[in-house]
Amino acid sequence: MTKLPDAEALLPGLAAELKARVTPGTAMIGLHTGGAWVAERLHPMLGLKEPLGLMDIAFYRDDYAKEGLKHDPKRTRIPFEVEGRDLLLVDDVLYTGRTVRAAMNELFDYGRPKSISLVVLADRGGRQLPIAAQYCGAQVDVPAGMRLRLKRAADGKLSLELEHVE
Amino acid sequence: MSSNPQLNANGELQHLLSTEGLPREILLQILDTAESFAGVTEREVKKVPLMRGKSVFNLFFEPSTRTRTTFEIAAKRLSADVINLNVAASSQSKGESLLDTVANLSAMQADVFVVRHASSGAPYLIARHVKPHEHVINAGDGRHAHPTQGLLDLYTIRHYKKDFSRLTVAIVGDVLHSRVARSLIHGLTTLGVPEVRVIGPQTLLPAGAEALGVRVFHDMRAGIKGCDVVVMLRLQNERMNGALLPSAQEFFKHYGLTTDKLALASPDAIVMHPGPMNRGVEIDSPVADGPHSVILPQVTYGIAVRMAVMSIVAGN
Repeated sequence: MTKLPDAEALLPGLAAELKARVTPGTAMIGLHTGGAWVAERLHPMLGLKEPLGLMDIAFYRDDYAKEGLKHDPKRTRIPFEVEGRDLLLVDDVLYTGRTVRAAMNELFDYGRPKSISLVVLADRGGRQLPIAAQYCGAQVDVPAGMRLRLKRAADGKLSLELEHVE
Repeated sequence: MSSNPQLNANGELQHLLSTEGLPREILLQILDTAESFAGVTEREVKKVPLMRGKSVFNLFFEPSTRTRTTFEIAAKRLSADVINLNVAASSQSKGESLLDTVANLSAMQADVFVVRHASSGAPYLIARHVKPHEHVINAGDGRHAHPTQGLLDLYTIRHYKKDFSRLTVAIVGDVLHSRVARSLIHGLTTLGVPEVRVIGPQTLLPAGAEALGVRVFHDMRAGIKGCDVVVMLRLQNERMNGALLPSAQEFFKHYGLTTDKLALASPDAIVMHPGPMNRGVEIDSPVADGPHSVILPQVTYGIAVRMAVMSIVAGN
């Protein structure tokens, strides 16, 4: 059994790394649902001026023709101007890179950011697109047939778990 | 095969033909998805790439401006290609049958048919004959159903009232001939609205309306009392010429929504109307343009609701 990193223990390190590099004008966007949980934790640690943005990429997915529409898409809320801004895009697990591509497509419908950096709690490899994270909590090996998922307990504690792909 | 012609073998929405018989979960899925699309329609770029490469055929066998336009806007905001066919003026007048028309359009690689027809049941007939990857959305069939209008009414009610479980909703006017009323009543009862009232003269209410789960009132002042939502229906001109009604003035006196009748409803009541309105017949201008009116927001929400319906059926 693969030993998984403790999600809670990864957060302070990730925040410290970000804090050293980001300017106060930088804004953060978390991707529903796991990325939003991570962003909600990181955002207050960085002292950013803009409120946190949350995005659901359901309407930008590249597998709609095959899979249909996701059942319960959340409303994307970006409470700041995207145009000309340095952005931190936050997700929980980086895998194929397709979610990040969809997120970038959606972001550009809000404006032309100055830059986008990708922040992930865990990178499990397996990229299908030329996408890399600038800030990464941990590299995780995931056995074949398994998926790495972020869970949030009732008390708000985050944890990484493996589950079988149906 | 599912017994409900709207659902596929997995119980997902394959066609939208009526709100009648739609499970609560699917009604809520449509309203929740519409809520996310409402966010898109408030952006500067009001378009998402979801239905790129899909074709939506607007098949209107009966004239309509507003409904056709909002379906067209919805499809375009989903990046689908839209083809508008005013069929009344084309093949049908040359004697082509309904199914031949649809078979021809299907050969042009349609994904979604949005159908309005004067005959009740026409969209069902089409839905039974299309290919598995093709989807039918009923945009109004005869007196039977107008499900996207019913859904946008539900969306509007939820937007302003949040919770369906404590509401009193009145539907006023020509319920008998109204596909809008029927679609709304089925949706309201499925979503657990405890009291739905229909108000109108005996000649314009369906016989046995109680069987739909509504309370019947012939006196508007009694019926509107304490209502949280008042839905006014359009009185179609042709009804006034027949034996159903003495005159438009007489109808307005008894059933037209005026400021003083509205004062009997709940103080924060909302007033809705599916349009187009007959001012001075079913609704007075100070009410239509007043603080309780949500008639124009209904039109805006209609776009998000139609985006939700199209993207759900086309993905299933």
